[in-house]
Amino acid sequence: MKAYTQRAAFSRRHRIVKNILSYATFVGPALLFFAVIQIVPFMMGVYYSFTSWNGISAVTEFVGLENYKRIFTDDERFFNSFVFTTKFMFAAVVISNMIGLSLALMLDAALKTKNILRTVFFLPNVIGGLLLGFIWQFIFVRGFAAVGDITNLSFFQQPWLGDAQTAFWGIVIVFSWQISGYMMVIYIAALQGIDQSLLDSAKIDGANGFHMLTKIIIPLILPAFTICFFLTISMAFKIFDLNLSLTGGGPFNSTQSVAINIYQEAFTQNNYGLGTAKSIIFFVVVAIFTLVQVMMTKKREVEA
Amino acid sequence: MRNRYTKRTFVLELFTILLAIIFLVPFYFVVVNSFKSFSEILVDAAALPSEWLLSNYVEVWQVLDFPTAFLNSLIITVFSIMGIVVISSMAAWKMVRTPGKLSNFLFILFVSAMVVPFQAVMIPLVKLGGTLGLINSIPGIIIMYFGFGVPLSLFLYHGFVKSVPVEVEESAYIDGCSQFGIFWRIVFPLLKPITVTVIILNTLWIWNDYLLPLLVLQDTSLRTIPLATSSFFAQYTKQWDMGLAALILGIAPIIMFFLFLQRHIIQGITSGSIK
Repeated sequence: MKAYTQRAAFSRRHRIVKNILSYATFVGPALLFFAVIQIVPFMMGVYYSFTSWNGISAVTEFVGLENYKRIFTDDERFFNSFVFTTKFMFAAVVISNMIGLSLALMLDAALKTKNILRTVFFLPNVIGGLLLGFIWQFIFVRGFAAVGDITNLSFFQQPWLGDAQTAFWGIVIVFSWQISGYMMVIYIAALQGIDQSLLDSAKIDGANGFHMLTKIIIPLILPAFTICFFLTISMAFKIFDLNLSLTGGGPFNSTQSVAINIYQEAFTQNNYGLGTAKSIIFFVVVAIFTLVQVMMTKKREVEA
Repeated sequence: MRNRYTKRTFVLELFTILLAIIFLVPFYFVVVNSFKSFSEILVDAAALPSEWLLSNYVEVWQVLDFPTAFLNSLIITVFSIMGIVVISSMAAWKMVRTPGKLSNFLFILFVSAMVVPFQAVMIPLVKLGGTLGLINSIPGIIIMYFGFGVPLSLFLYHGFVKSVPVEVEESAYIDGCSQFGIFWRIVFPLLKPITVTVIILNTLWIWNDYLLPLLVLQDTSLRTIPLATSSFFAQYTKQWDMGLAALILGIAPIIMFFLFLQRHIIQGITSGSIK
């Protein structure tokens, strides 16, 4: 009897060990790479943000909140890059979602060419931001000038990348041109999920196009808004490649995004401690923006 | 009602086609001018070339060392994605099939990493990468992509596995199949639709990524296509004839990838963003 329970206990323990081993083999690799590449550097970053590390010396002096104090009181350029990025984010989110939704509404109709058209509008998304920035640099400098000569429209005759105001809108244009097609695809998927009979009966009841859109279609596709806003906010906030190759942050740093500012602080100025402090602040702001947005749109979804 | 083709639909169709053409105009400018001489670009950027020159391409191909950059991009993308698919599908499946506090905690940990901007980890990562020997090495950057690719891919697999019925797995287990056998022979083939999505999203991201290769791959011989193109631009600023040819060479591979697989890609993006 005693031998039996011992054996049962052994086999139970054996099973537990086996389960732990199997969990570790399946989940372990993902967790290991994730921890080494993201969690550990993030923790190190929090520590470095309290030091005066310059990237070269191994000895790092602990300076407490000095970096943060300096960023908040004596770093106008960082503050300006935040203002630029936030303004850019709002403009880009509104414009690219308006274009994306409009394209989706048009391409949800029974067009004969809709598959080709979807491919066309999605195309800019497959090209990386860096190369897109270079492409558009040429368009703004030579292409717009050529179109301006032909059409005589003042819109095309401006010094697009040479002026702070127009450079801002230049980046908004290129960013929206790039990602509207992506938003379109998500909105189309949502539109196709709408029960056709709802739209038909509204039509019979005499609802016009505008009422159908605002009272039926938009409330029904609110989950797509949550996703699209989340994606556009985080993409716009983290803008780097496109910004770097299109304007390089100029003219006179007027279009320097936060991501570029952090990159330069660390890798050009060699202020690694200060750079990590900025990146921690950046992380907090991005997290707050995206969480607040998801919570706000989710709440509306439930009400609808 | 949606399927009837009326006069209004026809007008809408024409209007949308016109929009699409305007949308493509930037590509027209880049393609056309990449075949012109520098002086001809300055004279009129909108016109077709008087003579279609291939010399820009020939020269850029050599200066960029295009084959090397292409091969580097290809190796990095393919191996990163293979690793990401293997480790995140395995982890997601095990986590869904072993409900409990640990799985819950890990899931939240992985998912919350999606709001961490790359800039928040890049500075220490470069230091840590130096210590671990991951800098200036293609296997090194592949390992980094594993770490950055896991959260989104695992999230997508996690959502999908929840819809896969568990019964087949249980009967295979009773028949004496090992865990590895169950996963690779039964579960993984069922995950194919979401695997396609994971491959597509990661291909677009890794192939086009600029900042991580910039920080990690300093040797000229290790440069990826975005790196090679950008250093070309820095060297030949405003030399549009060569620059445009370089841009066309740089975007051609990913555009061809897209055109061959466009239906899957658009579907994949859809299923990846809407659960």
